Parts: sequence; C-alpha cells; structure tokens
Amino acid sequence: MTLTWYLVLAAILFTIGAVGVLVRRNAIVVFMCVELMLNSVNLTLVTFARATGTVDGQIMAFFVMVVAAAEVVVGLAIIMSIYRTRRSASIDDANLLKY
Amino acid sequence: MTLLAAAADTSVQLSGGETVVFWVLGPIALAGALGMVFSRNAVHSALWLVNTMLSLGVFYVVQEAPFLGAVQIIVYTGAIMILFLFVLMLVGRDSSDSVVETLRGQRVAATVLGVGFAGLVGAGIAEATQDLPVTGLAAAEGEGGNIPAISELLFTKYLLAFEVTSALLITAAVGAMILAHIEREPGTRRTQKELSRARFLTERPQTHSGPGVFARANSVATPALLPDGSLAESSFATGTEVQLPDQLPRPTGREQLGSPDAALGTTDGTPSGIPGGHHR
Repeated sequence: MTLTWYLVLAAILFTIGAVGVLVRRNAIVVFMCVELMLNSVNLTLVTFARATGTVDGQIMAFFVMVVAAAEVVVGLAIIMSIYRTRRSASIDDANLLKY
Repeated sequence: MTLLAAAADTSVQLSGGETVVFWVLGPIALAGALGMVFSRNAVHSALWLVNTMLSLGVFYVVQEAPFLGAVQIIVYTGAIMILFLFVLMLVGRDSSDSVVETLRGQRVAATVLGVGFAGLVGAGIAEATQDLPVTGLAAAEGEGGNIPAISELLFTKYLLAFEVTSALLITAAVGAMILAHIEREPGTRRTQKELSRARFLTERPQTHSGPGVFARANSVATPALLPDGSLAESSFATGTEVQLPDQLPRPTGREQLGSPDAALGTTDGTPSGIPGGHHR
C-alpha cells in the first residue's frame, strides 16, 4: 500500500461531500457535508506533510480545523435565526433575495 | 534510532499494520460519508458523520500526527458535532428532509457530476502520486516529537496566522451570540400573576383529563375516552398529533404477545356494550 490511497480516499470523501451539498435540502445537513469536505482536505494535508517530511502541512490542517469551528458556530447561528423568522431549515425556503 | 533510519529510507510502501488499519477504517469512513448523504433523518446524518470523523482521527494518528488526531476527536466529534446535534434538537425535523425534487433532474445531474469529479480527481491523484516517498516526520520533528515540533513552528513561522486566528475565534463567538440572541422588549414578559390568571380564569380551571379508565396506552398522544366511547377533546395533547392505541408504534420482538389487548387478557379492544364504543 502507498500513500496514494489516503489521497484517493480523501478525493472520494470530498466528492461525496460536494454531492451532498448539491443534493440535500436541509441546511444543517448541507453544513455537515461542508464539514466532510474540510475534513477530507485535512487528510490530504496530513498525508502530504508526511510525504514531504515537514510539519507545515499539519499546521495548515490545524488552522483549517480552527476556521471550520468558527464557520460552524456562525453558520449554525445563522440557520437558527433563519429558522426563527421563517420556521424552516430548508435551503429552498430561504429565497427572499430572489424577489 | 530505528525511526531515523526508517525515515532516511524513502521507500514508497507502507508497513503492514498501517495497511490493515487503512483497509479496515477506510471503508468505514466511506460508509459514514455515504450514510450521511443518504439518510433521511438529520440526526442519523450527524451520527454517520461522527463515524467518518473518528476514522479520520485514527488516520491522523497513524500518519504521525498524534496531536491532530486528538484535536480531530476532541474538536470535531466532541464539540462541533455536539453543536450540530444541539441545533438539530432546537430546530427540529421539518419538511426539508422530504424527498421531493424541486429542480427536475438535479439529483441525477449531481450524481453524474460527483462520479465524474471523483473519477477525474482520483485518477489524476493516483497517477501523479504513484511514487510518493514516505519520508516520515522523524527528521523534521527531531528529539521532542510531534507536539514540540508543531508548537515551535506555530509560535515562530506562523505566529501572525496564530494571532489572527484568535481574532477570528472571538469574532465568531460574538457573532454567534448576536445572531442567536433574542431581544425582548422590557415589560413584555408575562409575570407569574398573569400566567396564573390565564391558566385559571378560563371555562375549565383544571388540568387536562387523563387517559381514563378505558386507557389502553400510556402515551400522552392517546386521547381520553368519554363514557360513550368518543374521544374527549379536552384531553388532546398540545404539540403532538392524536394517536389511537392501535396506531402507536409497537416495540418490536413482541409478536408472541400480540396486541396490547391480548397482553392485557381482554378479548375485545373496545369497551363493549357501550353505544358508540365501536365507532373508532
């Protein structure tokens, strides 16, 4: 087995996350799919850090985690406030900007 | 020193133990991701995603990143997914989990796109990184190990990014508080006195009626029966739909007991000899 398999697994996980963002309609599940994409990128960073023999990749993955945490906090707060005003967590219902 | 010797040897192949770990946890991570996309219930989606994230955490530990593995498990599965579950419980399940497509053919198009993208990127990566050397981090980490190496870089080369990160986290915390906070006009909150009046100065100053003598289920969704066998409207629970005992979900694995009536030893489900008792 080579390191390539980790990268292929990360690519597949990223794709599943992207398809989930396109397909699912519940805003919270869409957020989970975004998290999955970020996670797969982290796996890629860690794998390349190991391949190149530097710790920098791990630090980038660490920063990605921090940004993901901040993004989730703000995103879920936005979903909650949308839910309060519109009584729905569906991304199809949040279409006021269209009109 | 065996670690250093192994690091100097830039072989392409990984060890047998790591291969086993990958081929056990890789499919689990994949199944978690697929389960998250395909499960109807958002709570199930969250649990599937926890599955994937735990597998990834093990991968980090295996790939000489024990600190990231611990952070992955603590921050992602411990904090972020719990936050997801909290918001799911606050928002509740609604019609957004329905299966109706709003854009025709969107699901098929997304699947085709996904398969194509995965094929392209996967094949490209597999082709480009075939002989990626497993250099290992032993040389870069030196004597101290993983965590001192990370901290050294974090507080020298990436100090500015680290400081900006703290600003980001504070902004996120303040933003979440502002977005999730409900401001009430002072004085609009009902006092205990007003609540008491609202409760007791009605036509029926009493509690909702209980399930009654003919109760065959102890669920709050089951309405009480009036003496003539009809449903007592005053006993309808708020917030849930009325469910008759026969419609209630049954615990599985109790087929030998049959219906609740059989378990109770009565022969007839409805109160017999009462006019209207059979109209349910």
